[in-house]
This record gives sequence, structure tokens and C-alpha cells, in this order.
Amino acid sequence: MWQTFGFEFVNFYFIPGLVVGCIYALGAIGITLTFGILRFANFAHGEVMMIGAYFTWTVMTLVKNGLGFPIHPLVAAVPAIALAISLFIFVDRYFYKPFRSAPTIRVVMASFGMMLVIRSFVQSVWGPNQLTFVPGIARPNETVKSFTNSFDMMILMPNKHFWIIAGTFVIMLALSWLLTKTKIGKGMRAVSDSPELAKVSGIDVEIIIRATWIVGGFCAVAAGVFLVMDLQMLETTMGFRMLLPMFAAAILGGIGRPFGAVVGGLVIGLAEELSVYPWLGNGPLLSPGYKTGVAFAIMIVMLVLRPSGLFKGRLF
Amino acid sequence: MDILIGYSLYGISLLTVGGIYAILALGLNIQWGYAGLFNAGIAGFAAVGAYTFALLSTAPNPYHYGGLGLPLPFAILSAMVLSGCIAFLIGLVCIRLRSDYLAIATIGIAEIIKLFLKNENDLTNGPRGINKIPRPWEHLSEERFYTSAPMSWISDSAGWDSFFDQLPNWWWQPFFCGTILVLVYIIYRLLETAQRSPWGRMMTAIRENEGAAHAAGKHVTRRRIEAFVIGAMVMGLAGAMLSQHLKLIDPTNTFDPSKMTFLVWVMLVAGGSGNNKGAIFGAFLVWVIWSASEIFINSGLHLFGELVSNMDISLLKTRAGYLRMVVIGLLLQYILQKYPDGIIPESRPTSKGN
Repeated sequence: MWQTFGFEFVNFYFIPGLVVGCIYALGAIGITLTFGILRFANFAHGEVMMIGAYFTWTVMTLVKNGLGFPIHPLVAAVPAIALAISLFIFVDRYFYKPFRSAPTIRVVMASFGMMLVIRSFVQSVWGPNQLTFVPGIARPNETVKSFTNSFDMMILMPNKHFWIIAGTFVIMLALSWLLTKTKIGKGMRAVSDSPELAKVSGIDVEIIIRATWIVGGFCAVAAGVFLVMDLQMLETTMGFRMLLPMFAAAILGGIGRPFGAVVGGLVIGLAEELSVYPWLGNGPLLSPGYKTGVAFAIMIVMLVLRPSGLFKGRLF
Repeated sequence: MDILIGYSLYGISLLTVGGIYAILALGLNIQWGYAGLFNAGIAGFAAVGAYTFALLSTAPNPYHYGGLGLPLPFAILSAMVLSGCIAFLIGLVCIRLRSDYLAIATIGIAEIIKLFLKNENDLTNGPRGINKIPRPWEHLSEERFYTSAPMSWISDSAGWDSFFDQLPNWWWQPFFCGTILVLVYIIYRLLETAQRSPWGRMMTAIRENEGAAHAAGKHVTRRRIEAFVIGAMVMGLAGAMLSQHLKLIDPTNTFDPSKMTFLVWVMLVAGGSGNNKGAIFGAFLVWVIWSASEIFINSGLHLFGELVSNMDISLLKTRAGYLRMVVIGLLLQYILQKYPDGIIPESRPTSKGN
């Protein structure tokens, strides 16, 4: 059973799907929070993910060339997160804030413009070509391999996948603590539910908005770093490629519902990978070229049938 | 004399591409300016138009289906119709969505169209794209045209051969440019009429206050789908013209879903959404800024390369192209904040006619 069916399914479809799902989930958290609290679809979110990954790569390269020893991407991500959050707050201050009381569409357009500005900036600084993040082939973790092999269920899981899944889990725990236990997190949920009511009950909405950018920026850079750890290379278009699945995840989980976004991200990631599994006959169910269309299909079905998402998100 | 011809040819090509972008901006103006529909998938509709035109009009070839060699006007009309049909299907599903959701959905549609063009190798030749797309006027000098129906009545192939040989090789450029400008003018007149008609005023009412328009008995959804389809047809036409101008199209570079869409948005917002004059003005203005900045940056870099002689500026040149995009993006932000209604704001037709 395992040899004929499970081995291939788990190692080549399920685990990659889970990994991609984790990345989508982290990205979608930021999108759903911005959408819920600031009430607009932030098109620049994917680009912040991308620039965060580029910052991380730069820190790694600088340390390696300057100090002579390599550092783990997750360590290099710390200064990158600070930079990306500053960028988010800078963009909000000068490009989004003037439109707070204007029709939503103006700020959507501004974010659409920022998407191109950030991407072109990265292309002009780091160049439009792919960069290698970590060279070489990722070998499966020997301990996991031999351990699971003793149960006749060999799992091939490179270390990077382990880091991504564990890292997502830790961030999720921290986020749930932040949103349910701290004052600022409760404020974020309050503003997301009803900004007017939150304002009259004495919550400073501008502080909440800043907190939203910080949380969203943190998750976005984490997602970006996990993505390049998985792909092992950097590309300037990867932020845009991630944008649609992340929006799909946010809509699937319900706008303004961070945990919905996590579920949505995992569902979209798994659906994308499992759609190319040979469910019927020998060939893949869906031609791999169309894999990225799966997220879009799920999104459209959700928007038409249940626009509030799985977890009763906000409807605008 | 040669320099003079060179400069005027540059001016003509500027007008040609500016005109194609003006058609795109006019198409977007129907959707956004008239009806308030945020379409972020302009490149997708243009790609549908371009590929339809290319597949129907190119000569048969062994690499992919299509290449039917049909007459050009028929191929242009088909491009518009197919683009409109796709917009209709999308409209049925997505038109009720609020602006942001519609933007996300249309980005997705543009991506799906790109995936289709990239993956259906048999039909579209995949990532390699389609080349040798016939260009109006210039196509008359192609053998397959002057040996067949109307042209072969006038003269035989030897006669046409010698006729085209005596023309300068750029003879078709002013004609092609003129064709596009005439198209811009026709679309402009049609849209102006539409805006002043009851239909146009109803669209404005729906855009400004959907609830009130609905309460007054207007069929909001149907009107929106109409605007979406008409806009997409105009974009399909622009796509067809663009494919003729380029002669070679491929799914990724020609129709970069964000860059092309973005440029058209900047044009419409800068010129003044809701105003057709504004859309045309914005298209030419942004296109001239876009092309002029390329020349300025390149000559600036060239000068820099002369001064710092031991440096390779080719790397800087490719990078500077992206910097240009940053500048255009910041320009959009500036216009959005300082001139939210554009350079030529929308003017409402009065009840007394003009």
C-alpha cells in the first residue's frame, strides 16, 4: 500500500503542498488583516514579500563576504524584517494615508502603483535575473528518513521543509497569542469588526493601523524567506506570482480572519499540488502548466457562492 | 534629408504606438470612467485580441494551428468579438463584485489567459509566440496578397513587384499611423455620442449611486456587463493593432500582465477618467514621457560612459529601464494625490445638449 501509492503521494504531492500552503498562509495573514482593518486590497503585499527575501539574501551575502562565515536565512531575516516593516510604514504614511477618507478605489490604485514601483526598484538595484539563494540540491533529512523507514513509511523531507513547517507553526502560535491576549491584538480585531465602534470606545485607529503593518510585514517577510528557502533562488516576479493564491486564501478563509487565512492558505497550497496528482489514470489530473489556475478557480467559486468565506469574514 | 526622414519616422512611430495606447485607454474609460469597473486585466483582453488576429491572419505554417490567412478586417473584427465574448462570460460571473474583488478577479483572468497562451503549444506556439503577423498597408507588398483576389485584377505579380520596389521601404508607416489615428477618432466619436445618450447618463447614475439607479428601475447588472463587454471589445481591437505593429507577439514579454495594464491605468488616471479627450491626451502624454525618458536616460548614460571611459554601461542601461518604471509609478502617485480627477477632468453633459 505505502510502496505503491502512499510513498509517492505523501513525498511528492502532500508535503510540497503543505509547504506551499504554509507560505501562502503566512502571506495571506497580512492581506486579510490589511483588508479587514484598512478596508482595501493591498496589491503591494506580494512585492514586500519579495523585497524582504532580497534583503535577507543581501544580509547573508554581506555577512558571508565580510565576516567569512555563512548564516542561516532565518537569522538574516531579522534585519530584513525590520527593513520591510519600515518600508510598509513609509509607504502607508506617504502613499496610502492621504486616501484614508477618499473612496477605496483610490488607495487600491495607489497600492497597484506601489506594486510596480517596488518591483521595478528591486529590478533596478538587484537586476532582473534570477539569483541563487542556497546552491546545491536539498537532501532529505537522514534522521527522518531512517526513523520513518523503520515503520516502512519512508518520508523524504529536506531540512528546509522542516524549517518552513515548524516556522509557520511557531509564528501562528505567536500570532494567536497576540490577537487574543494582548491589548493591541484585541484592538486589531475590534477595528476589523467595526472601525466606528472601535473609535468611539477609545481605540486609537492609527496605532492599530501601524500594528497591522508590523504584523503583516513580519508575516510577509517570513513567507518570502520561506519561499526562497523552498525555491532556492530569488526572482523579481515571485511576489506577483504569489499574489493571486494569497488573495484566494484570504477570501477563502474570510476577509479579516487571520486563522481563516491560514486554513485558506493550506487548502489552496494542497489543492494546487494535489491537482496534478494522477487521480484518474496515469497522467496528471491537470496539466502542471495550469497549476496556478487552481487558486483562481477556488477564488471565483468562493466569491460567487459564499463571498464571506469559510469563517464568515467581512463583506464589503 | 535622411535625418529629417529619420526624425519624422520616429515621430510617426511615436504617434502609432501612442494611438494604440489611446485605444486601450478609451476602452478602459468605458469600463472605469463610465461604469466604475476596476479592470486590472487589460493586458489579458489585449492578448486575446492580438492572438485572435494573429492566428486568423498569418499565413499557414507548420508550427501551430491557425495561420488561416484570412482578410485583415475580418481578423480584426473577430479579435473584437472574441474579446467581447470572453468579457461577457467573465461579466456574468464577476460583475457584481465590489471594486477590489473585481480587480483581483480580473488580474486572475489575465493570468489564466497568459497560462493558456503559454501552455497550448499546438494552438499558440507556446512561449515562442507567433511571428510574421501581417501589418496593414505593408502586407500589400507580401506575395500572398498581391497574387490573390482584388490586387491580382489590377496588375500581375511582376507589375506589383516593380511598383513596390520603387517605393521607399518605409512607405507604409504614415498609412499605418493614419489608420490607427482614424480608428482613435472613430472610437472617440462613438464614445462621446454614447456618453451623451440616455445610456451614458444611466451609466453615470449607476456609477455614482447604484442604489438610487436600481430604485429608479435601471437594470444595473446588465448595464455593467454591457460597459464591460464594450470596453473589452475596444481593448481587443487595440490588441489586434498592437500585434500588427509588433509583428511578433509572445505571451510573457509582449503582454506583461502588470506593466501594460499599469501603463494604461496611469494614462487614464493622468488624463482624466470619465473624459474621452482626457484618455486620449493622457495616452499620448504618458507615451511620449515614457519614450522620451528612454532616450534621455540612454544618452545620459552614454555621456556618463564617455566620461568614465573604462566602464561598461550596458549593465546600467538595462537597470535604468526599470528605474524608468519607478519614476512612472511615482508620477501616478503624484497625480493621484494632487489631481485626483486628472488633467482634463470629467465634464458632465448638460440637459440642454452640448
